[in-house]
This record gives sequence, C-alpha cells and structure tokens, in this order.
Amino acid sequence: MDADGGEVSRILRDLESLKASKSQIELQISALEARLQEINLQRPNGVVPDGSCAPPLLSSVDSGYGHDLSPQMIYRYSRHLLLPSFGVQAQSKLLKSSILVVGAGGLGSPALLYLAACGVGRLGIVDHDVVELNNMHRQIIHTEGFIGQPKVRSAAAACRSINSTIQVVEYQEPLRTSNALEIMSKYDIIVDATDNAPSRYMISDCCVVLGKPLVSGAALGFEGQLTVYNYNGGPCYRCLFPTPPPTTACQRCSDSGVLGVVPGIIGCLQALEAIKIATAVGEPLSGRMLLLDSLSARIRIVKIRGRSLQCVACGENTTFSKPQFQEFNYENFTQSPLSPSPLKLNLLQADSRINSKEYKEKIVNGEAHVLIDVRPEHHFKIVSLPNSLNIPLPSLEARLPEISLALKEKEENRGINSDLYVICRRGNDSQRAVQSLHKMGFTSARDIIGGLEAWAHDVDPNFPTY
Amino acid sequence: MQLTVEFGGGLELLCSSVKIHNVNVELPKGVEKLTMKDLLAWICTNLIKERPEMFMKGDSVRPGVLALVNDCDWELTGQLDTTLEEKDVVVFISTLHGG
Repeated sequence: MDADGGEVSRILRDLESLKASKSQIELQISALEARLQEINLQRPNGVVPDGSCAPPLLSSVDSGYGHDLSPQMIYRYSRHLLLPSFGVQAQSKLLKSSILVVGAGGLGSPALLYLAACGVGRLGIVDHDVVELNNMHRQIIHTEGFIGQPKVRSAAAACRSINSTIQVVEYQEPLRTSNALEIMSKYDIIVDATDNAPSRYMISDCCVVLGKPLVSGAALGFEGQLTVYNYNGGPCYRCLFPTPPPTTACQRCSDSGVLGVVPGIIGCLQALEAIKIATAVGEPLSGRMLLLDSLSARIRIVKIRGRSLQCVACGENTTFSKPQFQEFNYENFTQSPLSPSPLKLNLLQADSRINSKEYKEKIVNGEAHVLIDVRPEHHFKIVSLPNSLNIPLPSLEARLPEISLALKEKEENRGINSDLYVICRRGNDSQRAVQSLHKMGFTSARDIIGGLEAWAHDVDPNFPTY
Repeated sequence: MQLTVEFGGGLELLCSSVKIHNVNVELPKGVEKLTMKDLLAWICTNLIKERPEMFMKGDSVRPGVLALVNDCDWELTGQLDTTLEEKDVVVFISTLHGG
C-alpha cells in the first residue's frame, strides 16, 4: 500500500512538472514561429533559406503552376483543392485573408482551431482572460499545462502548432472603444466569440463604422444562435436589437451553465461562415439566423429582417461615425459591464451579517443555530455545508414553517435561543433572503458574507468551488 | 384555431420550462382574424406562469426577444398586425449573449 502510495505521488509530481515544462516549450516554439513569420514577412519574396515549410502567406509568389501555392501548401490543403467548387481559387483567397476572433473561450476555441488549420493568412486573437480549470470542458483549444496562463498565448500556441505557416497575432488586452478601431481595421472579417451584451453591441457598431462583415455566435445552456451581420447590405446587430435587453435577461455561462459541445458546434459554424465570406464560396448566413436546440436535436434557420433604415448605427440618415463610436458608453447603454465580474450586492446592515470565519467560530464553539442554504436544489447537490437546510430562495416564503420548526427543535435541545444564518453561492441571494426573513418576523436572521465561495477561500481551502 | 407556440433562449422558463405548446386559441367574439397582438394577450393569460415582464413590454415583446411566424421575423410579416392562420408556428426566442 505504502509503496503504491509513494509511487502514485511520485507520478503525480512528475506529471505536473512535465506538463509545466511542456507548456513552456510550446510557448517557446510559439514565440519562435511568430518571430520566423515576422522575418519572412519582411523578406521581399517570403522564401525561407532552407526551403522547408515555406510560408509566403500574404506575399504572392509565382510557383510556376499558374497560382501562388507552394508545393507544401498544395499538399497541406490538398483536400480543399480537390473540392471542385473550392479549389485553388478559394484556397488562395483564404491564404490572403485576415480574420480576427474576439474571445478565445467556448466559441473562439473551435473557431480558431479550424481557421488556423484551413490556412487563413493572418489570424488575430483578442482576449484578456487567463485559462482556468472550469474552462477546460468547453474551451478545447487550451490544455491543462496552460492553466493560469493568458488565453491568448495558449490559443496562439495551439494555432501555431497546428499550422506554423500562418501568421497569428496576439492581442492580450480587453477590446474597448479605445483600441477596437485600430485592431479591427487590420482584418477583413470579424468573428464575435464574446460572452456579454455590451461587447456584442460594441463589436457590431465598430464593424459598421469600418465596413467589416461580422460572424456572430452565442451559446448558453443547451442552445446556440448564429448569424452574419453587416454583410452585403444585410442587417447589423442594432437593426435586430435596437434596444438592449434588461440585464436580468442576460444570463451567463458561469451562472446558468452550458453544455460544452454547444458552443463547440456554434464556434465551428462561425469558422465555416468566416471561410465562406473569405473565399466568396457559398451563401453566408446573412439575413437569416440559425437556432440550435441541442436537446431536441433541432436546427432551425429563420429569416430575419433586413437592414433597418432607422438603425442608429447603419441606417439611412445615421451620423454614427468613428469619433462617436469611440465616445459611446456601451456599459451605460446595456447597463452591464464589458468585463463581467460576479455581482456584489450590499443590501444589509453590518449587524445582520457575519463573515465565514466568524461562522466557523460558532461551529467550533458548538453554538446552537440553523443554517439555511437558499441556492437552487441542483447547486445544493453539487456541494453543501454539513447540517444546512436547502430552501431555494423562490420557495422561501412558502417554507417558513420548516424554518420555525428547525429553530424550535434546536431551542428544545439547548434551552436557549438559536441563531438563524443564511448562505448561498456568492452572498447575494443570502442577503435577499435575509431581507425577506426580516420582513416576515425572523428578525435575527443573518447572512454569511460572500457565501460558500468565501467559506472555501477563507475557511476551508478544500471545500469545492464551481 | 390550432397553433404551435414555441419558446427558446430561456423564455421557456417563464412557462414551466415547456418549450413547445400545441394550443387551441379561440377567436375573440366579433373578430374574424387572429393577430399577433391577440395571440400575445392570449399567451400572457394562458401560458406565461411567472415574471411576465421578461416576456412583454407594453403591448409588444420585450427588447431582446425575436418573434418568428413560420420561421420568419415578424418585422417582415407586420409585427403586431400579423394575421395568423390555422396550424401556424409562432416562435419566441430570447437572444443569447454567452459564449
């Protein structure tokens, strides 16, 4: 047993250190490949001295075959070239095209992998986040060794390892009105793979101002949506959604969940639409929207309105231009932040609150109390504190008798008044619950500040977070 | 009038998480043709179980909701004045932002 245990921990240690070295090596390879690209781009004809893996991407080289594909390119992209309606012509367009993917998350991961693989000449990636363990189930471009590293570096390394002959440009910064015009103007096609409403309005408006087609995808839960905006006289995002939705209607994957493969499917379709636009092959999904309902295995393609003459961004008499774009406040417009961070409410007086360390003290001292966990039942099933009673917030009022009963039982056992504490995931719903409890006569109810996340952070580092 | 009413993008949560509703809508007295305006009122009374403000704003759908009649944006069919026919499929989709 002991010998096995020793071996297991040695293997785990070795694995961890090898994974760390691997991601380091991948980053070094990625950096060298990027440097090589730069040097080649500066050369007049893009020819590499030893002739191997020549990447004359944006420059045109006469190969002597009547087109500018090198022998390596012919072999690499042969299955594209074999498609009669695609062929050398479309592949050459792809090699000369430039596509910017905003967001290297669930949608951006497969989109970037396919766009790199298919030979897009210049591929830009914008993201300011770092790779986290809870990304891995859907953000398939990242690997475990890159946890904690910037997503852009991880995604760029993956793209370069698939195709070292394309130029990959990293923008490790949040996209804002201050940098969007400059970054997006360098690309032919923009792919919106972001996760929030203000970014979607901002990217669409910037595409309108710059006259760029926008491939827009979104996914949440088991559903996905896809369309192409601002293409060939078609509608922009604002034509469809002139007024932003209420913030309560903007659910996020980190709150509502998402089945990993769903953004995967939408991201693949985004790559497909971008390829169709870049090559002028096929019919881009403009003026139409694809709706995916993965649970019922149904894809519906619906006809949507055309460009709106009254559109603030692209309408007939609009005066919306670059300076206005730069001054537009997208966070005010949508009432939501461009870099969403968890909501932190502060609804209660200090004496109606207790922090997780203080609550731990109460447990250690054996103080009689009742702990109500107001998260939804499926959250409670993931993990909960011992002896907590799950009463989801919406059913709180209906289940008050259970709380009274629990308090009474404690008091009968101890003969003293019991305290009533309320906990949730992050400490917002617990405050709402305490407000209701106060109104309904449970005036001693107090919430645990920061919820189970604070408990995991400040009291028990082994307590699972999600 | 037999209609199929569908909800997606999270709107189904307002109707006990049921996405597809095969419904029989009686025409209001003295009315010959059912319009989307009539149907919205009927849906609010008969299908929406909670938070109606997440579905409607004023007499139309709230911002961020697409209404589709037979797979076509209702902006193209006459919005609230769109007249419905037997066996029409009306879909309401909340736009998604996640990724």
